[in-house]
Amino acid sequence: MPRVIVDVMPKPEILDPQGKAVTGALQRLGFSGLAVRQGKRFEVEVDGDLSEEVLEQIRHAAETLLANTVIETFDVRVAP
Amino acid sequence: MTARIGVVTFPGSLDDADALRAVKLSGAEPVPLWHASDDLAGVDAVVLPGGFSYGDYLRCGAIARFSPVMDEVIRRAGQGLPVLGICNGFQVLCEAHLLPGALIRNDRRTFVCRDQLLRVETRDTVWTCDFEDGQEIVIALKNGEGNYQADAETVARLEGENRVVFRYLDVNPNGSLHDIAGITNERGNVVGLMPHPEHNVELLTGASIDGLGFFSSVQRFLAALV
Repeated sequence: MPRVIVDVMPKPEILDPQGKAVTGALQRLGFSGLAVRQGKRFEVEVDGDLSEEVLEQIRHAAETLLANTVIETFDVRVAP
Repeated sequence: MTARIGVVTFPGSLDDADALRAVKLSGAEPVPLWHASDDLAGVDAVVLPGGFSYGDYLRCGAIARFSPVMDEVIRRAGQGLPVLGICNGFQVLCEAHLLPGALIRNDRRTFVCRDQLLRVETRDTVWTCDFEDGQEIVIALKNGEGNYQADAETVARLEGENRVVFRYLDVNPNGSLHDIAGITNERGNVVGLMPHPEHNVELLTGASIDGLGFFSSVQRFLAALV
């Protein structure tokens, strides 16, 4: 069954409190020089073949529900 | 004529009962509404209450925004129906694009619960017409994701059009841009705020009774329509 990955990330200019918390924890653990921003990954399983039409439908779904484009960006790609 | 004010219950709503009670104490008739029904029961105004609708899964308010009742709330809000979104209800209104911007996690990364001093920046809305411009009120605030964010252009437009309705005073509890606690739409019939006016309707349980002003405002507005 074909799989499509949708990655959702907070926009660069938007504060990412979760990413900041993770960055702070990494520093305390001795992982220096690492800055983390935290997003979400959705794995979408598709019935049938993966056409451009289906991909367009998933992009529409991402824009409608999976991401809030006021504060987030998204990226849609086919899983290898 | 007694105003009929509906309060929507979503799965995970917490403050729907308090909101219904506040409506009653303010002299209006409370009408429970259900998320899965697209029937607004002919109410004169709608409150979207606080809580964690649909478990706050995905994003706060993101799933509630697509519930059947919201189709009707969005349609009627466009016709001027008074709608008040409190906390999670504010998040739902932003997700539904009835109000601009979004609420993200508090900058301090902790849940905040306090009696919050606010300034009423404009009485030119359906839900604040019974206050004075610049009036200071105390309203309970309790949220983990109340940090109001919008792009610079949107914030400038809100400020320029006098659509910031409430601003945090003393402290900014969550990192909201411009200390924004609540905003309205262009028409002034849809208002969203993070603090909880329904908790400030009795001195037994609230630090003030300033919350009553929200409900007296909408009744004053509705009475003027008749």
